[in-house]
Amino acid sequence: MPLDPSFIGKRYPASETYLVSKEKIAEFANAIGDPNPAYRSRAAARALGHPDVVAPPTFLVILTSQASAQVVFDPELGLDYSMVVHGEQSFVFERPVFAGDELVVVGSVENIRSVAGNDLLSLRGEVSTVAGELVCTARSTIVSRGTATQEG
Amino acid sequence: MASTVKFDYVEVGTELPAQSFSLQRVNLVQYCGASGDFNVIHWNERIATSVGLPNVIAHGMLTMAEAVRVVTDWAGDPAAVVEYGVRFTRPVVVPDDDQGARLEVSGVVTELLDDRRVRVQLTAKSGEQTVLGQARAVVQLG
Repeated sequence: MPLDPSFIGKRYPASETYLVSKEKIAEFANAIGDPNPAYRSRAAARALGHPDVVAPPTFLVILTSQASAQVVFDPELGLDYSMVVHGEQSFVFERPVFAGDELVVVGSVENIRSVAGNDLLSLRGEVSTVAGELVCTARSTIVSRGTATQEG
Repeated sequence: MASTVKFDYVEVGTELPAQSFSLQRVNLVQYCGASGDFNVIHWNERIATSVGLPNVIAHGMLTMAEAVRVVTDWAGDPAAVVEYGVRFTRPVVVPDDDQGARLEVSGVVTELLDDRRVRVQLTAKSGEQTVLGQARAVVQLG
């Protein structure tokens, strides 16, 4: 059954506060196999002019995927998770993410459309500090394979 | 906050040093843990093949993270990446052997922007097939 377009514009409640730690940045950098010292050493990050270690460009997926999950698992939307694939992802930064940042994400549905029998959901995750400073806007497209043509 | 690469020395067509990355099963398992994405298609061959995949596939987000290293290593400061986006066009298939998959990534400056920023287009291939589409980053240069 095609997805309900009335969900376009729906905003979900803000996430719990996420504290970015030096240790989690290092763990993520290890997992992507990136030896960059700016992800591990305060001294290296400070030499680049930063207050603390820097998060890699895709680090915030840890947070924004929680916002996507709110939508993907919203029982009212009725998405079949086994049919879902990640189509697109982007991050636009207002400033870098550093260890010590306390962040929240607010997820929303930007668009729902059908293309070649697939339902495409465009999701936005706005990542801000707990003080309300916008840090990053993440956008993702979730593809629900074949559901736009299924009989209801 | 800015790259060690000077905007004045960069032009449209400037190539970034290409890199080749190895992705093995252990890297996928490690990324599951670090990212929290435990989708079974990234670690369970039985289920991956039962849903029509040729084998276990890498997380798109892991491929995305590897590809941008061509930009962050060139820029000298990872925080110089102010925008980054990709389309996941083909999965990176990771067989259960000692080689795993290889990801070949190259980049080129395609546009000079305001405020000493440039747009970089990335090409990411695995086994001669392009795996990311419209992979672009905006980089703050010095």
